[in-house]
Amino acid sequence: MFSYLVKRLLHLIPILLGVSLLTFFLGALTPGDYYSQLALNPQISPEKLAQLRAQRHADRPWYVRYGYWLASAARGDLGYSVAYKTEASGLIFGRLWNTFILSFAATVLAWGVAIPLGIWAAVNKDSWVDRLCSLIAFVGLSIPDVLLALLALMFAASTGWFPVGGAQSSLYDLMTPTQQFFDHIKHLILPAIVLAASDLAGIMRQMRSNLLDTLRAEFVTTARAKGVPEGWVIYKHVLRNAINPLLTIFGYSLAGLLSGAFIVENIMAWPGLGRLTMEALFAKDYDLVVDSVVMAAALLVAGNFVADLLLAWSDPRIRLK
Amino acid sequence: MATLLEIKNLKLDFIAGERRLRAVDDVSFTIAAGETVCLVGESGCGKSVTALSIARLVPTPPANYPGGEIFLNGRDVLKMSKQELRDIRGGVVSYVFQDPNASLNPVFRVGTQIKESLKLHRPEKATDAEVIRLLKLVGIPAPESRIKDYPHQMSGGMQQRVMIAMALASEPKLLVADEPTTALDVTIQAQILELLLDLKKRFGMSVLLITHNLGIVGDMADRVAVMYAGQIVELAPALDLLRRPLHPYTKALMNSVPKLGAKHQRLAAIGGNVPSLGNFPPGCRFFPRCPSAQPECANTMPQLVEVEPNRWVRCLYANSL
Amino acid sequence: MEADPNISAMEALPAAAPAIASPWRIFWQRLRRQKIALAGGIILVILYVIAFFASFIAPYNYERQDRDLIFIGPMLPRVVGGHLAVQRYEQSTGLFKYAPVAGDWGRVHFFVRGDQHMFLGLFPSTMHLFGTGDPKRPIYLLGTDQFGRDIFSRLLYGSQISLSIGLIGIVLRFGLGMIIGGISGYFGGATDTVIMRLCELIMSIPALYLIMSLRATFPASLSSTSIYLLIIVILSLVGWASSARVIRGMALSLRERPFVLAARVLGQSDWWIVTRHILPGTFSYVIVAATLSVPYYILGEVVLSFLGVGIQEPSASWGTMLSAAQNVEYLTNYPWLLAPGVAIFITVLAFNFLGDGLRDAADTKT
Repeated sequence: MFSYLVKRLLHLIPILLGVSLLTFFLGALTPGDYYSQLALNPQISPEKLAQLRAQRHADRPWYVRYGYWLASAARGDLGYSVAYKTEASGLIFGRLWNTFILSFAATVLAWGVAIPLGIWAAVNKDSWVDRLCSLIAFVGLSIPDVLLALLALMFAASTGWFPVGGAQSSLYDLMTPTQQFFDHIKHLILPAIVLAASDLAGIMRQMRSNLLDTLRAEFVTTARAKGVPEGWVIYKHVLRNAINPLLTIFGYSLAGLLSGAFIVENIMAWPGLGRLTMEALFAKDYDLVVDSVVMAAALLVAGNFVADLLLAWSDPRIRLK
Repeated sequence: MATLLEIKNLKLDFIAGERRLRAVDDVSFTIAAGETVCLVGESGCGKSVTALSIARLVPTPPANYPGGEIFLNGRDVLKMSKQELRDIRGGVVSYVFQDPNASLNPVFRVGTQIKESLKLHRPEKATDAEVIRLLKLVGIPAPESRIKDYPHQMSGGMQQRVMIAMALASEPKLLVADEPTTALDVTIQAQILELLLDLKKRFGMSVLLITHNLGIVGDMADRVAVMYAGQIVELAPALDLLRRPLHPYTKALMNSVPKLGAKHQRLAAIGGNVPSLGNFPPGCRFFPRCPSAQPECANTMPQLVEVEPNRWVRCLYANSL
Repeated sequence: MEADPNISAMEALPAAAPAIASPWRIFWQRLRRQKIALAGGIILVILYVIAFFASFIAPYNYERQDRDLIFIGPMLPRVVGGHLAVQRYEQSTGLFKYAPVAGDWGRVHFFVRGDQHMFLGLFPSTMHLFGTGDPKRPIYLLGTDQFGRDIFSRLLYGSQISLSIGLIGIVLRFGLGMIIGGISGYFGGATDTVIMRLCELIMSIPALYLIMSLRATFPASLSSTSIYLLIIVILSLVGWASSARVIRGMALSLRERPFVLAARVLGQSDWWIVTRHILPGTFSYVIVAATLSVPYYILGEVVLSFLGVGIQEPSASWGTMLSAAQNVEYLTNYPWLLAPGVAIFITVLAFNFLGDGLRDAADTKT
């Protein structure tokens, strides 16, 4: 298994290189840049503009700029954000952390609710429980994130129980660490629920379907023939097998979550990578855009890697190769 | 000899939509303590579901039992409570299934699966030492290292031996082997059958051996029951049946076994097809394919009649053919 | 029946052989039994018919502004004096607050004359399905937005965009996916590796990040037709990779099948084999996946328009209509602005029902 993991790990590097190259290339295709906006400002002379440009290598062809970016990124320095006038690294990692905890919270929520519901539905197949779960699944799958986010905001605004967007209150800096922690949680709840909603539906249906499929396997008859009580049959024998295919979804689920986080961040003002990307795009700060996109891709790829790890560990057929 | 198993007039229906399909129609036979009975028939004749019914392992939403009784050690299995069923499964009757690769749980070690049987029925012996002893008993070399293996790490023959060990762990009085060698190579088949014979002699178990292969009946069985289209068509001591089959179906089966030394001939097949469930002809079910068919056979359902001491045949013309 | 020992049992059997149904007939029969899929299908048919006749069914043009009745709530007609009628409203105290004028009802007629529109985009007409026929007595079934435009009418015009994007989009996406995936899987080798690496690359970037980046490479404001096509192209460019991956997997296993070997032995060209043998084998997957990916297009357009980089005002699309709801104050005070969200929900739900039913019908294992 070790060699399998090392291989997968090494695989990540060309992917991240490819992603950064692609994004940089797209940035190069984009008409205008931060400096062309500045050019509209009559207070900045053309010479000053040319000087600023040269400083940031903006006058060189894109592949050269990519080289500079890559070289500094390899050192951990993600460059400079012209739009925010600050080092990009601090900005990016801060936002990255926010996107990560949002996605993580949504994952925990989605899987934590979906798996038991899926099992419940499968074990009580065709009962009202099953039909209810099926309904929840369909509704959850079909509700657009946009609508759900807007409804959540409306809910927060009209009841006042939750903050309306954002990641921290205005009095954050005046709070004690414990208060800050709970403040964060309060702001996290609604966005996490919105993000988890559509994922939850898909996972639940998959769990139910896997469980029903596995229930038809022959080793289930063997277990019953040995006199294993029905509860054990389901929770010990069947579940361990039924959950394997779900680990492959885990990777896709993460990709979907990161994309969904993009919407939730932008609508509910959660300061994550998605929101940063939109801000950077509007400000035409393309270096920042590249940093953002590469980071988001890195999160996704890391998530896939974790999913591969889990799958390899849980299936003895792979683990022992 | 004491009767261990008595199946009386067993009927089993499958409900598919609005249709009731009778898979087992009025099946009766007994197995005495220490006796080996072979249940022979083509695929789809109902032998497997009959065998599974002994421990009520047929799932009863799609199936149901409109009539009949199954007395195991004097108690009717079809009326037992869940607790009683769990006791007899493994404790009184154990199963060995056809495809050991599918019948063993792929995510649990072999030793764990055998130990599970022990924990349920002989908890004081649920130790590694006992598992090793059982593995030795079924002829697995180096059992100490084997108990940590997963099923996929073993060959088909080994897996089947493990299944047998697992079945024996609970010290059953009746071993039901449903086509235990069909999925294995021919050379391994012989080994497994020898193993079964040996174990049977050692422990004085009763064995119900299900097969479609008349070839092994002579070696293994004391008595034979031949099934066709859900019914028993002939029931007799093994050697008598092989020397002098009375039912035209049994005769045709015997004829279709290729014989060494016979001159070049076409393989004798039985023309036509087994009638599908729900499409049974009104009279004798073998009538459409019977080489000795008579006009009354088309409309009269023959009963299973004891035409000679211990020889039962379901045919209107049994004596005269 | 006389027993003749010379006739074999087979000849004595009645000659009736069971009628074999083709895979398509079986599929269709199974589909008909899925009630949910049928419900979804019917809803979709209704939605598409409505979209088709949108300009006729909508009482007003999508740009028509009513400055007197901005942010008025839904005006539902009632039966008054034996006829369907709608109340007249006037300004009340406070901003954007309205009160009904007692006793002042405008009768709702069917097939009335109203604003001019292009019927089916073919010829000008002033005929509408329903209305009051009186400009002083408007009927805003779902209220109005921040410019006093009838939400119901805009919803209908918007449906044309949202519903058509999906259909065109899946053709592009699965067309690309099938060709590239089929080639990759069938030919294998270096082609396969390169293509799969490309797909992996595309799939490594979370969809919306890639979509936004692609969108940014084009000017911010383009003509509405250009934007419409651009949205479809971008969404397809991001989506084809995952479809191609699956189809490539299917092609890979299909090419090992005996019937492909037989085709090769018969001398059929690779191109023929891929298009006539391999790709048809992927149809059952493609039909289900295509149906289930229409929502991706609808939602993609919604997000793009919502964030301001998709369909632009004053055109009506469900996405642009929702962006007004971004203002939390508007949202809480005038919740009918969320009507497009409900429309999207119903559409996506219908597609999911249908797709699910198609999947169950095609799954021969159950």
